Amino acid sequence: MRALRFLLVKEFLQIARDKVMLRMTIIAPILQLLLLSNAATFEVKSARLYVVDRDHTTISRGLSQRLQAAGRFVLADASPSAALAEEALLSRRASLIVNIPPDFERDIVRDHAARVQLVLNAEDGATAGVTEGYAMQIITRYAGELGATIHASSPTGPVLDVRSRNWYNADLRYRDYMVPGILVQLVTVVGTLLCAMNIVREKEVGTLDQLTITPLSRSAFIAAKLIPLWVIALFELTIGLLVARLVFGVPMRGSLVLVFFAASVYLVAALGLGLWISTLVSTQQQAMFVTFFIIMVYLLMSGLFTPVRSMPDWAQWLAEINPVKHFIGIMRAVMLKGATIVEVMKPLLALAAFGTVVLSLAVRQHGRQ
Amino acid sequence: MSAESATSAIEARNLTRRFGSFVAVDHITFDIRAGEVFGFLGANGAGKTTAIKMLIGLLPPTEGEAHVAGFDVRTQRLEVRRNIGYMSQRFSLYPDLTVRENIRLYGGIYGLTDSEIRERSSSLLERLGLSGSAGDLVARLPLGWKQKLAFSVALLHEPKIVFLDEPTGGVDPITRRQFWEMIYAATARGTTVLVTTHYMDEAEYCGRLSIMVEGRIAALGSPEELKRQFGAASVDDVFVQLARTTSEPGTAA
Repeated sequence: MRALRFLLVKEFLQIARDKVMLRMTIIAPILQLLLLSNAATFEVKSARLYVVDRDHTTISRGLSQRLQAAGRFVLADASPSAALAEEALLSRRASLIVNIPPDFERDIVRDHAARVQLVLNAEDGATAGVTEGYAMQIITRYAGELGATIHASSPTGPVLDVRSRNWYNADLRYRDYMVPGILVQLVTVVGTLLCAMNIVREKEVGTLDQLTITPLSRSAFIAAKLIPLWVIALFELTIGLLVARLVFGVPMRGSLVLVFFAASVYLVAALGLGLWISTLVSTQQQAMFVTFFIIMVYLLMSGLFTPVRSMPDWAQWLAEINPVKHFIGIMRAVMLKGATIVEVMKPLLALAAFGTVVLSLAVRQHGRQ
Repeated sequence: MSAESATSAIEARNLTRRFGSFVAVDHITFDIRAGEVFGFLGANGAGKTTAIKMLIGLLPPTEGEAHVAGFDVRTQRLEVRRNIGYMSQRFSLYPDLTVRENIRLYGGIYGLTDSEIRERSSSLLERLGLSGSAGDLVARLPLGWKQKLAFSVALLHEPKIVFLDEPTGGVDPITRRQFWEMIYAATARGTTVLVTTHYMDEAEYCGRLSIMVEGRIAALGSPEELKRQFGAASVDDVFVQLARTTSEPGTAA
């Protein structure tokens, strides 16, 4: 279509002239990845450990040493007083207390079992969970070694033998986990926010009315608005993926083509949402406010920061119609697990369905104005 | 198509637009002949812009009907749009595109060929004396130039009818004169012009006028006819008389 060609030239010229926007589209993904993937992490690197050893034996000291040697904990203090330890926890000098009771060694030797208490500062539940996980790992491993040493002759090993392994992200590198999600968020902001603002700007200037009274078809207008932003969003994704790879060494185990294909499908939904918002508001300020509100809800309920499975039922149900959740799922699966198109077919179809519905509703709404 | 509608560029019959209980345009009926400069006068809020919006298909009428260039504004919107040009009081070119890019864009939207666009842009730029500024961003042009350019762009596809909604708002008197010379030049080429204004001196330039008061056409005729009819010395006096009668208590119902 001929008119579309002219409109596309116009859109690209306008985008190229908007220096602030142009600079933002290149700098934003880099900056955001650098900041967020470092800051938005659940990794616990130096939890402050308080050891309350009331046994004072070789085995109890061994446990204390193992905990300190693992690199995850820093010894804040040690004393045989539980009260002092609690004080340390309260004043945040410690975030974890390991309570080794008297007769710890005796119980192990005699009963092949003993108790250790972990007390965690769970103000921040996620951090507490991670800290507990690390401590458990170390204690379990120690228990295993002890079982082998003490009962070298006996075939019954230690009673406790839990082994957990983190597949796909073996070292629990939170960056690997966060980066795909942050890429999704970037693509969403470009797709939805820029789309809404771009169209609303034409409303503000009055050129939208001017175009409406030309013989230009609605579909040509919408296509001319969406195609350039679609291209820019994919360009953003490219920059983001490069930063992820070159700066963070985030793996790309699956197909890059699949990532871009999924992004293209997802963008139909993101851009459709932007178009829809543009029909509801009359100023760019309003567009920005509405878009940020919607994106915020989407992101918080997407599983980017907190797992969807730990949300209440209604929120999990809502997450099913959240395109951000599906796209994050696909990105993580493809990048970290090397999932193929067959394995991500379900979320991909959900994205396609969502995109179709939102875009058609938005186009209809746009026509009604 | 009847012989009557062939000579009428615009026909409106009982055209009405309500917003809730407010009647913005109240059963207006008029004919505009081809090649005429027809003025829409009225105070702010008298319904001029709403009437134009219905004629160009931006607002569906609540009641009544209208034909523009022989096409029904309700059912033949696309044909209407092919045959009209429009310049609104809100500036309608893209400020972040250059003069030439704006011309190209609208030429392309109206389906002109590349060679048509080339020829018409250079003759347009020459006529406006803008040839040297073709590569300048429209945002940098002075307001008067912008408006002359917008008018020329609205005529680029040689429409039968051009709608000008307060085209000279905020422009100095000399530029306004030049603007009116451009309007006459367009009608000399056979274009019909419907122009809204609240400058009374401009009203004298129109072939015929309709004065709108509270959504209705309170008077319609050539400036001379109106002056004779109201025994007034100028269109301004006619306007003041009309405004006075309708704002008297009891007539508002």
